[in-house]
Amino acid sequence: MRKLLSGIAFLSLLITGCSNSYQKDASRLDLIKERGELICGVSGKIPGFSFLGIDGEYKGLDVDICKSFAAGILGDSKKIQYRPLTAAERFTAIKTGEIDILSRNTTFTLSRDSSGGNGLSFAPVVFYDGQGLMVKKESNISNIEDLQNKSICVGSGTTTEQNINDVFESKSLPYTPIKYQDLNQVIAGYLQGRCSAMTSDRSQLAAARSGFKNPEEHIILKNILSKEPLSPASDGTDNKLADAVRWIIFTLINAEEEGITKENIDEKVKLAKKNPQLKSLRRFLGVDGGLGEKIGLRNDFAINVIKATGNYGEIYERNLGENSNVPIPRELNQLFKNGGLHFSPPFN
Amino acid sequence: MKSYKTIFFQIIIILLFILLFGFLINNLIINLIRTDLGFNFSWLLKPASFALAEHALPYSPSDSYAWALFIGLLNSLKVIFISLFLSTILGTIIGLSRTGNNILLKIISSSYITIIRQTPLLLQLMFWYFVGFLGIKNNFIYFSNLIKINNQGIEFFGLSLTSEFSALIIGLSVFTSAFIGEVIRGGIISVPKGQWESYRSLGLTEKNGLIKVIIPQALPAIVPGLTNQYLNLAKNSTLAIAIGYSDIYAINDTIINQTGRAIECFIILLLTFLILNLFITNFMETINKLVHKKKIYIN
Repeated sequence: MRKLLSGIAFLSLLITGCSNSYQKDASRLDLIKERGELICGVSGKIPGFSFLGIDGEYKGLDVDICKSFAAGILGDSKKIQYRPLTAAERFTAIKTGEIDILSRNTTFTLSRDSSGGNGLSFAPVVFYDGQGLMVKKESNISNIEDLQNKSICVGSGTTTEQNINDVFESKSLPYTPIKYQDLNQVIAGYLQGRCSAMTSDRSQLAAARSGFKNPEEHIILKNILSKEPLSPASDGTDNKLADAVRWIIFTLINAEEEGITKENIDEKVKLAKKNPQLKSLRRFLGVDGGLGEKIGLRNDFAINVIKATGNYGEIYERNLGENSNVPIPRELNQLFKNGGLHFSPPFN
Repeated sequence: MKSYKTIFFQIIIILLFILLFGFLINNLIINLIRTDLGFNFSWLLKPASFALAEHALPYSPSDSYAWALFIGLLNSLKVIFISLFLSTILGTIIGLSRTGNNILLKIISSSYITIIRQTPLLLQLMFWYFVGFLGIKNNFIYFSNLIKINNQGIEFFGLSLTSEFSALIIGLSVFTSAFIGEVIRGGIISVPKGQWESYRSLGLTEKNGLIKVIIPQALPAIVPGLTNQYLNLAKNSTLAIAIGYSDIYAINDTIINQTGRAIECFIILLLTFLILNLFITNFMETINKLVHKKKIYIN
């Protein structure tokens, strides 16, 4: 009994020692500026989204989003520290302040966004995804019903795990989930034949398949199991940082809507400065209106963001476009005016 | 005079300890308030809504988080106690082979220990699982239909074990047995040379001499080392998460992600392992006392 008590006492010492004190009022945004560097949490393991390239640099859509944050907040897209995180680590990393912003294929859900849940604050969606299932062509599985009583490889600690269960339970189909902590293990388990199918977001399935020896031997089933809007996230108690993050993403989308690209940004700035009648362009690029100040950034933050990464369409083309290594059709990720879901509220 | 000094220092140390403890608890509370979390265990009764591949008792996703954790605990205990048993048997064989006179056995056992002890357990688990089990593909191995091994697991005498469970048991048992082998060798070496000579001069066979004379005297040196290995084994079992086995740690991981209750979940996990390991320690201490009594009796 005495041992148990002393053990408990020591454990509580360990637990209490984990947290660090920090002032509630100070916004993370000021801390980032003071530090001169943005700490961005990424996956580091998903081609097309965040992946360590052969040159040792992180690449992908999620990484470019980090770069646009750094460009918008600090004026320099290179001042970033990347922290590769597992699905299970990511929320704790934000809440403890280990990272400033999470840009890691994270699905925007009520429990994650709420103060009674994970307590995060989500930025606008940067990629509209849906959960899917990948099977081997030779297995002749063509729909969810064919997976009855089969094993399915799934990543633990993700919404994926819950969705697959919801779908199978609603159809009263028994199945065996084989859960791994890491996407690479899910892929290994599937390829080695432990499971008849693997499930993940369809973008991740496509990304994984692009790395297989014979990608044509695997098919992604047509069934879409869930909505997976992927968004960057920051601490839910920090409104100032959340505002800045939200509007940097809208900057990317608005730039595409307005046809402003990495190439023509200088021209557009000149144009805006010369023509006082182009009101909305002038406000967007910070020539007048002082919009940047309102969200704790420089008034011309949009110029820095577009110069660093280009608009949303350019980011998409670079990482997931037809000529990239992980081609994923744009579909839902088109601008609203082209039949997709991306839309920016007005910069007023 | 001297005793006053010691009492004075002790009081100061206690005061410092209380101060440190108070500071840390204060720190925790402030942080919990800052992150709007606060302590709360009511989520334990909410439905878990995730399925589990392995459960010793009936389980469905509509059962509570608490029940899911309990199933995880049972899964962990199953692995820990089976590996504990297997690694002890395997370790004893290895330890005896290293101290025996058979040169071939000596070479085999010492290379076994060398390889197993110098590589990380995580790597070995991955090896047994991804290369060992999943590498079998669809080639079944039959031994007159009693044992069947494929990438879905092992089946023998109608009992089927999943490949995750089997790989974890094999990995943990093999890893721990190498250390147990060394503990047993150390214990046997600690018995004075004269004891061997004396049982031989009494005309006892090698087997009887080892069992009746050497091992009883070696046990007092073996048991404490064995306790350490058993405790390590229990803790190492949490690496199950790497190869997809649903132990208490893996289930905790999922729950943290769904509920965001990291601190409560870790407290549950820490207490579980603390109690489990205290149980193992006490059990081994009892054995230790028995062994010491017996030694006196032999001498």
